[in-house]
Amino acid sequence: MIRAEHISKTFGDRQVLTDISALFEPGKTNLIIGKSGSGKTVFLKCLVGLLEVDEGKIWYNDVLFTGLDFHGKKEIRKQMGMLFQGSALFDSMSVEENVRFPLDMFTAMSYEEKLERVNFCLDRVNIVNSNKLFPSELSGGMRKRVAIARAIALKPRFLFCDEPNSGLDPKTSIVIDELIREITVELNMTTIVNTHDMNSVMENGEKIIFIEEGEKCWEGNRNEILQSDCRLLNEFVFANSLARQLKNSSK
Amino acid sequence: MFRFLSGFGSYWILMGKVFSKPEKPSIYYRQTMKELVSLGLRSIGIVTIISFFMGAVITLQTAYNTENPIYPTYLIGLGARDSIILEFSSTIVALILAGKVGSNIASEIGTMRVTEQIDALELMGVNSASYIILPKVIATVLFNPFLTLISIITGILGGWIVGTTADVTTSQDYIYGIQYAFIPYYITYSLIKTVIFAFIITTVSAHQGYHVEGGSLEVGRASTKAVVYSSVTLLLFNVILTQLLLS
Repeated sequence: MIRAEHISKTFGDRQVLTDISALFEPGKTNLIIGKSGSGKTVFLKCLVGLLEVDEGKIWYNDVLFTGLDFHGKKEIRKQMGMLFQGSALFDSMSVEENVRFPLDMFTAMSYEEKLERVNFCLDRVNIVNSNKLFPSELSGGMRKRVAIARAIALKPRFLFCDEPNSGLDPKTSIVIDELIREITVELNMTTIVNTHDMNSVMENGEKIIFIEEGEKCWEGNRNEILQSDCRLLNEFVFANSLARQLKNSSK
Repeated sequence: MFRFLSGFGSYWILMGKVFSKPEKPSIYYRQTMKELVSLGLRSIGIVTIISFFMGAVITLQTAYNTENPIYPTYLIGLGARDSIILEFSSTIVALILAGKVGSNIASEIGTMRVTEQIDALELMGVNSASYIILPKVIATVLFNPFLTLISIITGILGGWIVGTTADVTTSQDYIYGIQYAFIPYYITYSLIKTVIFAFIITTVSAHQGYHVEGGSLEVGRASTKAVVYSSVTLLLFNVILTQLLLS
């Protein structure tokens, strides 16, 4: 479980996040939605500690993450996996080396054990016979899947995904969404996904937080989103005529 | 002035992170071996070519400047040897490496920054500064003295081949000149400078790359800044070290 309390963040004079509080439960795919530039990525980076919050507290289960020093945060981070927007695979390493990296760094497993775990993770994300390929030789969808394999290599308790569908075709996006959802349930992880992909919202939105200009405007799930009266949310989610028809038919 | 002080401060904060205890020494050893190949072995070619022609030109210029019957011709070998050992093989080669290795380091680390690879390392709990930069520093500090020795040998060889081919000196005089009044400390002086220059090139360039913000344009700018800043710092330290070590 992750709990964020009254998170605020500024860059210079610019207020990017204002008093955001949220609870993210384990075994669920929690979505943060909002327009580009609304502060989703900043909020996610604050949650994982890549950015320091100006005000507020972040709890990982019973541990106050924002109160920890570098070494304390390091211990919590070993339980985190993250899928970055551009995958962030290490260019100089092959697929196998990328997935093996956290195992090399933080475990005392033998090479054979590590290889077994790498192959299991790659198999889980449906990547086969690509161990020796380099990131530059992979398609966008494959890169995302390898990044997911790397993120789950250490069996994390918390998974963060920053726009996992960006740059992907609709079919591959659905495959990635399903994969994230399945892995979340399998490993009973607390998963937080930043997205503005409406397919993801409707398929994966067990808990949804809507952010507009750095403020939390709405919170609910995919069923509640259809009934919502929040004007800003409706303008964002039901931006096209087809989506508006869907909303009208649900009333 | 504020920007300079801020940059100077962030450089030392970064160095503090770089020289903290490595998480897993075996991984660092493997990385250092990779960097020895990438930053060291792959620089041998350019150092050899440049040193050969540099030695040749120094020999021809020394011959031109000592074209007087009162100067013995072995002075050509002696002059070329001292110029190569004292200045060219350490400083000029370091300036060339600042261009080649420095821009390589800044663009590599800058690209890792803008493609979130550094964030990915940090998120895993890895000290990204130490993991990325320390192996590069160790590799260049260990290997650049060998590059300097290669440069000295190739430079003197280039001077001998071109000097005798152009008929500005005889082989016997040149060899006598490079042995005459040889002071072994000059080699030590040159190697001390090389080690410090290697540290400057690697850390200044890494600092530029590590703090890139933006996209490919900023990576290019960081790469240029890395070459300029490391070259200027290197020349400043050349004066200081020469005064300290030769006075």
